[in-house]
Amino acid sequence: MREQRSRAFYILSAVFALYVLFLYGPTITITVLSFQGPNGGLTFPLNGLSLHWFHNLWAGIGVPNVAGALVNSLELGIVVTILTVVISLMAGLAYRRRFAGRNFIFYTAIASLTLPSIIVSLGIALEFQIANQSISGLGDTLSDSYGGDDVHGIAAILGALGNGIENNFQTLMGLFTSGLGAHLTWTLPFGLLIMFAIFNRFNPSYEEAARDLGASAWQGFRYVVLPLVAPSLLGVALFGFTLSWDEIARSSQAVGSANTLPLTLEGLTTTVTTPVIYALGTVTTGVSFLVIGCILGCVFLVQARRRRYGSDAGKGLL
Amino acid sequence: MADSTVAESPGASLRGTRAAPRVRKAEGRGRPYWQIAPMAVVFLFFFILPLIVTFVVSFWNYTGYSITPAFVLNNYALAFDRCFSPAPGFCTTFRTYLSTLKFCAIVWAVTLVIGFTIAYYLVFQIRTNTTRIVLALICTIPFWTSNVIRMISWIPLLGRNGLVNQVLVGTGIVNQPIEWLLYSDFAVALALVHINTVFMIVPILNSMSRIDRSLVEAAYDAGASGWQTLSNVIVPLSKTGIAIGSIFVVTIVMGDFVTTGIMGGQQIASAGKVISTEISALQFPIASANAIVLLVIVLMIIWTLIRFVDIRKEL
Repeated sequence: MREQRSRAFYILSAVFALYVLFLYGPTITITVLSFQGPNGGLTFPLNGLSLHWFHNLWAGIGVPNVAGALVNSLELGIVVTILTVVISLMAGLAYRRRFAGRNFIFYTAIASLTLPSIIVSLGIALEFQIANQSISGLGDTLSDSYGGDDVHGIAAILGALGNGIENNFQTLMGLFTSGLGAHLTWTLPFGLLIMFAIFNRFNPSYEEAARDLGASAWQGFRYVVLPLVAPSLLGVALFGFTLSWDEIARSSQAVGSANTLPLTLEGLTTTVTTPVIYALGTVTTGVSFLVIGCILGCVFLVQARRRRYGSDAGKGLL
Repeated sequence: MADSTVAESPGASLRGTRAAPRVRKAEGRGRPYWQIAPMAVVFLFFFILPLIVTFVVSFWNYTGYSITPAFVLNNYALAFDRCFSPAPGFCTTFRTYLSTLKFCAIVWAVTLVIGFTIAYYLVFQIRTNTTRIVLALICTIPFWTSNVIRMISWIPLLGRNGLVNQVLVGTGIVNQPIEWLLYSDFAVALALVHINTVFMIVPILNSMSRIDRSLVEAAYDAGASGWQTLSNVIVPLSKTGIAIGSIFVVTIVMGDFVTTGIMGGQQIASAGKVISTEISALQFPIASANAIVLLVIVLMIIWTLIRFVDIRKEL
C-alpha cells in the first residue's frame, strides 16, 4: 500500500526543518546565553558557564522591580484564565441555541480579535480617564455645594461623599479593572472560537439520554456535558493563560501604574546591556513551557484514559 | 490543541449547531441570554464602548493634563498636517502609512509562502494523524510564548558582534560586520514574519485538511501535473484559509508598534507607533484621531479580504 516517498517530500521536509530551526533557534540561543559567566556579554562566545545572571535577576540588581511585575503577570494571568474558561463555556452553551444578537456578538468577537490592539488599548484608557474625570468632577461639585459645616441630612452625606472623593479617589484604572478587561478582549475571542469547534463535534444524544433518564438541566450539564468537554476547556485555559502572560499591546495603555512582565521586559530592551535580560527571558519562556507542558500533558492523559475506560460496548452486562 | 481540533472537524459548521438542538424549545427560553451575558458585558465595556469613546474624543480638546468635550476638527487637521499642500513630502502621515504598508506587503507575502508550504506539507505529505498533530503543535507552541522575548532573542544572532556577523566575517564573506541586520527595516520584517507566520499556517491548514482527497486524485488521473493540481485544485480550495490568514497578518502588522519599536531600535515609524507616542505625550485627542484613521484603513482592508470568505463556514 505504501508508495515510495516523492522527491517533493524530502524537499518539503527540509523546508519544514528549516522553518522549525527559524522558529526555535533564537529562543534556544538566548537560553544558552543566559548561562553566561559573570564576565560574559550579550553575544557569543560563552565566557564560562554560571547561574550568575539568574542570581543577579533574583537579587533584583539593575532591574527595576521585576519580581513585582512577575507576580502581577502571574496573578492577572490566573484571573484571566479562570474568567476566560467560565465566560467562554457559558457563551459556547448559549450558541447551541438561537438567541437575538448572536450574529452581533460573534462579529464583535471577530472584530475584537482582528482590530489593532493599540486602538483597543487607547479606547479603554480614554474610557477610564473620562470615568475618572467625571468622578473627580462629581466629588468637587458635591464638596463645593454641600461640603460646608452648616449642612444637615442628605446634604451632609453628599458633602461627606464629595470630600471623601476629593481626598481619596485617584483612579479606576488598574491591573484588575482596565487591565483585566483589556486582556479579556484578546482571550475571549479565542475561547469562543474553541467552544464553537468543541460543540460542533459534540454529540447531543448523551445529553438527551440523560434527560430521558430524568436528569435536570443542571444535572445534565454537570454530569454529562461538563465531563465531556473538560479536556477541551483545558485548551481554552491554555490560550487564556499564555495569551495573558505574554500580552503587551493591549496592556500598554490599559494597566494603569502597575506593570506586567512583558511591559517591563520591553522597557528593559532599551536600558539593559547585560545577559540578565536573557535570564529573565529564560525564566519567562520557562513558565510558558511549564504551563503548555502541564496542559498538553493533562489533555493527553485524559484522552488515554478515555481510550482505556471510555466504552464498555461489547463487553457484556456486568 | 485547539488548532488541531479545528483542523479535525471537517464539514462542521456553525449552521450545524444551530440546527441540531431543536429540543426543549419551551423550557428555558431565556437561558441563552444569561449564558451569553458575561461575554456581552465584557465586549460592551472593554471593546464597543472604548471604540465609541475613541471616536468621540477624536473631536475633543485637551489641556496639559485633561481632555475636555468639544467638537473640533483640529485633531484630524493635525493628523493630516501638510498632506494636501503642494509639497506633500513634508506629510509625515502619508510617509508613515506608506512605510507601514510596505511592511504589510513584505510580511504578508513571506508569511503566505511559508504558511502555505508548511500547511501543504502537513496535510498532503504527512501520513499519520499523530505525526501531523505533533508537527502542528511544534509550529504552534512558540505562539504561546512571549513575543517580546522572541524579539530579544534575535539580538545575539543579528547584532554587530552577533553570530551571523561572526560567521560572515570568519569565513571571509564580508570584511566588516554588517550593520543593518539589527535595529533596521530588515530586523522589523524578520521579527514580524517570525512571530506571525503561525497566523497564516493555522487557517490554511484548517481549509486544506478539508479538501477531499479524491479531488486531488481525480486531477492526477486526468493527467494534471503536480503544479497544475496545486494551482488549479489545492490553491482555490484553500482560498478561505488564505484570506483569513491574510486578514490576521495584515491587521496585526498595520497596528503593530511593539515589534517596530524593539526591532527598529525605536527609530522606525509605524501607524501604531505614532499613536503610542502621542499617548505617552498625553495628546489623547490627536491619538484618537489617528486611531480612527487607522481603524478606517484596517476596516477597508478587512472589507476587501472578507469578500473571499464566509468565516462562519470555517468553524
